[in-house]
Amino acid sequence: MEYIVIVISAIFVSNIVLAQFLGVCPFLGVSKKVSTSVGMGGAVLFVMTLATLVTYIIQTYILTPFDLEYMQTIVFILVIASLVQMVEIMLKKISPPLYQALGIFLPLITTNCAVLGVAILVITKEFNMMESLVFAVANAIGFTLALVLFAGLREHLDLMKVPKGMRGIPIALVTAGILALAFMGFANLV
Amino acid sequence: MNQWTNFTKGFIKENPVFVLLLGMCPTLGVTTSAINGIGMGLATTFVLVMSNVIISLIKNFIPSSVRIPSFIVIIATFVTIVDLSMKAYIPDLHAQLGLFIPLIVVNCIVLGRAEAFASKNNVVSSLIDGLSMGLGFAFALGLLGAVREILGAGSVFDFKFINPEADGILVFVLAPGAFIALGYLIALINSLRKS
Repeated sequence: MEYIVIVISAIFVSNIVLAQFLGVCPFLGVSKKVSTSVGMGGAVLFVMTLATLVTYIIQTYILTPFDLEYMQTIVFILVIASLVQMVEIMLKKISPPLYQALGIFLPLITTNCAVLGVAILVITKEFNMMESLVFAVANAIGFTLALVLFAGLREHLDLMKVPKGMRGIPIALVTAGILALAFMGFANLV
Repeated sequence: MNQWTNFTKGFIKENPVFVLLLGMCPTLGVTTSAINGIGMGLATTFVLVMSNVIISLIKNFIPSSVRIPSFIVIIATFVTIVDLSMKAYIPDLHAQLGLFIPLIVVNCIVLGRAEAFASKNNVVSSLIDGLSMGLGFAFALGLLGAVREILGAGSVFDFKFINPEADGILVFVLAPGAFIALGYLIALINSLRKS
């Protein structure tokens, strides 16, 4: 039951992009086409789940027992950066088709604050390992949902006549605002 | 390069938020009021200046193949310093900004300036560049925070100028207002820059 609450609240009620503002850079950057946004979503799902698992283990079994919590930021970002690099090398070897699909998005993920954000959130919310995993997967799905919806809107937006000053990023931001307004309708769902 | 133009570029011409569109997450996330925006901007400025100075001092000793991880470690060190000092001396602001303080480490502006400027220029220019970009970021966040606070709560710097019982246009302090206010601000600044 509590897993369902975690999933619903992570995807809809406090969506990671539209309510918590994590991962806005890729949200604005890779949302011009629906197909690329699906690829980015897949890459985030993959890395976010792995990174949360690894950082959770490091926090519980190394940082907390040895009183090294103040090293959290440094350790987590290094783990995520090296993890992304490793995933890239392994995918290239093991599954070239998957690498073809996700490859170009992987380097971008190191600077995606959603990944580091979820890794830290899991620690501050004091989840256990299973809850952390569910939380990471649900947030990645929430990210993908927001990204794909937004990409669909932007594809249509390209066909519209937009006033000169509003073209490009300004109209995209206002559209994202209206999308966030729609997601506010899910408030109080859980 | 002329140091004065180096200093002023961060405010309008190469403003990290309005023109370069970097560091969007803290920009949208913490600007519920002008104070929060400026606080976040100054914290980022400290990290930006210190990491720029250190990186330009040791740039000749870092092999280029491991430069990005080295930059990240240097940046993360200063972020930890900011995080712990803010927790100790200004716990209220620290609680308001919350998760976004450790997330300065993945702010693209900091790594971007390290890679594009500090690793190629001398210490003084890098210091001024960090100061310029950081204060430009603080200016943008303060401006967006003020707009959202005025529209959303009817106050500036916690000074309420409408009927104290009344609410503002609440949506502007909530999540959707951040996107909408920033969209219109960028549109305004774009058209001012062209004319």
